[in-house]
Amino acid sequence: MKQIRAIKERTARYVMLGLAIFALVLLVVIGISLLIKALPIIREKGMITLLTSSDWRPLKNEFGFLPFILSTLYVSLIAIAIALPLSLLASVYLNTYASGKVRKMFQPFIDVLSGIPSVIYGVWGTLAIVPLIANHIAPHFIEFSSGYSMLAGGVVLAVMILPLLISILVEVFQSIPREMTDASLQLGATKWQTVKQVLLRKSFPGIMAAVVLSVSRAFGETIAVLMVCGNITQMPSGLFDACYPLPALIANNYGEMMSMPSYESALMLAAFLLFIIVLVFNALSRLTLVQIERRYHL
Amino acid sequence: MRTANFPLEITQELLFSKALHEGVINRQTQNYSLQTDKLNVFIDNQHILKDIDLRIPEKSITCIIGPSGCGKSTLLKTFNRMHDETPEVKVTGRVVVDGLNIYDSKTNVIDTRKKMGLLAQRPCPLPMSIYDNVAFGPKIHGLRKRKSLNQMVIQYLQYVGLWEEVKGRIRTPASRLSIGQQQRLCLARGLAVEPHFILGDEATSALDPISTKKIEELFLKLKEKYTVVLVTHTLRQARRIADYVVFMYMGKVIEAGTTEQFFNHPTKQLTKEYLSGSFS
Repeated sequence: MKQIRAIKERTARYVMLGLAIFALVLLVVIGISLLIKALPIIREKGMITLLTSSDWRPLKNEFGFLPFILSTLYVSLIAIAIALPLSLLASVYLNTYASGKVRKMFQPFIDVLSGIPSVIYGVWGTLAIVPLIANHIAPHFIEFSSGYSMLAGGVVLAVMILPLLISILVEVFQSIPREMTDASLQLGATKWQTVKQVLLRKSFPGIMAAVVLSVSRAFGETIAVLMVCGNITQMPSGLFDACYPLPALIANNYGEMMSMPSYESALMLAAFLLFIIVLVFNALSRLTLVQIERRYHL
Repeated sequence: MRTANFPLEITQELLFSKALHEGVINRQTQNYSLQTDKLNVFIDNQHILKDIDLRIPEKSITCIIGPSGCGKSTLLKTFNRMHDETPEVKVTGRVVVDGLNIYDSKTNVIDTRKKMGLLAQRPCPLPMSIYDNVAFGPKIHGLRKRKSLNQMVIQYLQYVGLWEEVKGRIRTPASRLSIGQQQRLCLARGLAVEPHFILGDEATSALDPISTKKIEELFLKLKEKYTVVLVTHTLRQARRIADYVVFMYMGKVIEAGTTEQFFNHPTKQLTKEYLSGSFS
């Protein structure tokens, strides 16, 4: 009897260990297979040229990835710059000010928002955001913009990651012990003072984690961004310029690459770059988080 | 005249009539700086506190005792209006602090909380350095001058006997202190707001005996300047440091009196049973 229990215990342990390792291996396998497919173009052009060149003429066998990399980074940056303040304020409200009833009322809406397929966000972006930018916002700054722009991509992405951010942030705030915010209130601090000096401070690592998660999501988001940001290969130089992020590049061209081996290899490199960007971004933010925690004693 | 032997009375036992009671309310609040009138608390329509009428004497230690769930912590929370933070809680009746009903719509909740320094069951340092923990209160109430802040921090850390232990590291996180030190830090933090009252909600129950002794000694020192109200779960602690004892059971005040009288000549059957350990 005892032996059977021990065997069960051991089996469960190793099965679960195996599955955990499987997840890790999967990551490595994806990375390696992308790299293998991308190797021909890297061998041919050299990594540095590929990363720093802005010339993209597949027919002439020129592959410069800089515009795509920058587009990806810029669009994601715009998205988080718009979404973070909004979601912070919204989730602080839900956590600190709203009554339980209001909070419960909001919850399903936020869940539904994050469940909407991204193509719908894309359609909405084309129907609402693109004309808004073309007709009302851009004319204040430049002569002409079609509206299909980096800003449109950023706004649509911001709307998409907003519910994700809010629901993570609400969780983060709820994990802060009630005694801690109570201690501040008991000293006569207002709610706002408590939010600023205790709640946000204590939840800083959690906020960072939420940002990392949603930016990673933004990096990879394909269809909605593809529909609104113009997809013109150029160095993005302004908010109202069209841009062309990496996921859009892959999705737009994957079908027609079969005839040109170097093009296929280039698209695989695009995928590999996206993979690396997300990986590096995650690693970097984890490192800074550790530093910040150590420094500010959180 | 303040009846020295019965500073805490239950209204139904008051000798004077309701009218007289109303008439002398001002004189009374001068004598008793903290009092409750017909205080009732409901949580989700459950009647938690029932007609609490207390007069807490100034500059003394009053211990509220009773079995768990009797409402003693709930009572303490009415004194600094922390129930405001929980929408399910409804409070009726009056809590009069320094002559003002703190549940009056005109009374500012921040002013009330400033008057009440609360020491919680488990110390909860704010997520910042030792220095910033003590300076937190004065800062949020508008003190900006670095010199005065420094002075205050040192002064209150000295008062709670923590200065010598931490003076080399007041910029390090408060969470690294031992739990006993944290509790004294929380006391210093509360005192830095310059309250009139010190409330303790089982403030020593998480501490080791030596830290408990230090905190108790601080309470005895504090009562020279402040009115101290402690909720405690140990009868021995009440016997050691209380001047007055309030015994609660099932949301009601059963008996109240001086420590000597309460422990040696309890008048109520329930009190006698509780003291003899028949229930706890």
